[in-house]
Amino acid sequence: MQDAFATALERWPRDGAPANPGAWIVATARNRAIDRIRRERTLARKTELLGRLEELAPSDPEDEETVIPDERLELIFACCHPALAAESQVALTLSLLGGLTTPEIARAFLVPEPTLAQRLVRAKRKIRDAGIPLRVPPAHLLPERLRSVLAVVYLVFNAGYGPPVRRQLCAEAIRLAALLAMLMPDEAEVHGLHALLLLQDARRDARVSSEGELVLLEEQDRALWDSAEIDAGRRALDRAMALRVTGPYQVQAAIASLHAEEETDWRQIALLYARLVALMPSPVVELNAAVAVSMADGPEAALRIADGISGLDDYYLWHATRADFLRRLGRDAEAAAAYERALELAPSDVEREFLRSRLTEI
Amino acid sequence: MQYMLLIYGDEAGWNARTDDELQTLNQGYEGLTRDLRAAEKLAGANELQPVGTATTLRVRNGDAIVSDGPFAETKEVLGGYYLIESESLDEALQWAERIPDARTGTVEIRPVVDHSGSGS
Repeated sequence: MQDAFATALERWPRDGAPANPGAWIVATARNRAIDRIRRERTLARKTELLGRLEELAPSDPEDEETVIPDERLELIFACCHPALAAESQVALTLSLLGGLTTPEIARAFLVPEPTLAQRLVRAKRKIRDAGIPLRVPPAHLLPERLRSVLAVVYLVFNAGYGPPVRRQLCAEAIRLAALLAMLMPDEAEVHGLHALLLLQDARRDARVSSEGELVLLEEQDRALWDSAEIDAGRRALDRAMALRVTGPYQVQAAIASLHAEEETDWRQIALLYARLVALMPSPVVELNAAVAVSMADGPEAALRIADGISGLDDYYLWHATRADFLRRLGRDAEAAAAYERALELAPSDVEREFLRSRLTEI
Repeated sequence: MQYMLLIYGDEAGWNARTDDELQTLNQGYEGLTRDLRAAEKLAGANELQPVGTATTLRVRNGDAIVSDGPFAETKEVLGGYYLIESESLDEALQWAERIPDARTGTVEIRPVVDHSGSGS
């Protein structure tokens, strides 16, 4: 990984011309990052982040010029530039910042290795030839660009979360989120994403049974949850909330944190989902909100909400969720029909097994 | 680095514009051109005549094949261009965003090959 990083730095043109109008912004961002890294050093020595940092940064920790950590932030933004196709952003981030080899990335995304290799070559060429800058975007572009970066990291995590769970990808995503949290400690959503990934990852061993079946949240064996990771996730969420700028990742992390409580506070969760729908309107989010409402207020109110969502006719979980509400209302025939439809649309065996078992229960 | 900003749009839409809309549009273009010039970033810019005036030439096996029409029949056609200097793609994007027709059409941003030997 260090070789790839050093090679990238060496081959890509640097725009360090003094007449560069963006230079003062870059210098400011760099100085802030350096100051922060010096402050974080003390804290970092006590956490595993130092282990990661030392692994990645070949420079002497006593160095005044901490160039390598800064370069990584700039590199992440370059890899996730909107001028690159989403699949290229993901591949490039994992290749240059993650610990994955080309064959590993290809396997993770079910893409033939030569295809993935070509994708990486083309993306690097585009960065060089189209002049995609190697720098932290200026303030007016930062919010949108940071969203892309966070989306890539989240995508990597979800690819690994499955099912099937692929720990390497999840670990990579968490590592990237932690790196971002260290390099951009003033960004609430960065901590929010970090928190969300930790809290979700904590449940990985309980999500799929030994027979490979999907286990619902409320039926998971909590003894299998990683409580250290839950604590780490909650600390990250605290850091996020202390910055007093809300956002969708923080809200999702807060929901995940509530799920990890002994007693599930569905009312609070339903309220948070309402907030999430407002921040991130999408049919899938509305569906999850309906599930929370079903637990807080009962299946009838929830069914009304679910039926009101449009655009999910081809989404197996919409049918499965409606089926669940109908089942709880005792409307078995309708529930069965909905489960059948969900089965037709289910993406893999793990989901199909789960749906079949629900169907036989009616 | 130099970038071509190729401006594509739907001609029917262009032709249907009111005088007020045209005036606003022209002011937008004039402002952009003026600012590019002031920043010494303007290498060239032109509006092209409508796609009906286009002629296509292909030379195959020594034969010049001339035909009526653009390179390809597309819904959005090339209507004009800016050739600009920029430090990076982000700067080129910032200028391109100000192109009035970007709001209804499409701007393609293509870096120019540097043959001068002085590097980018």
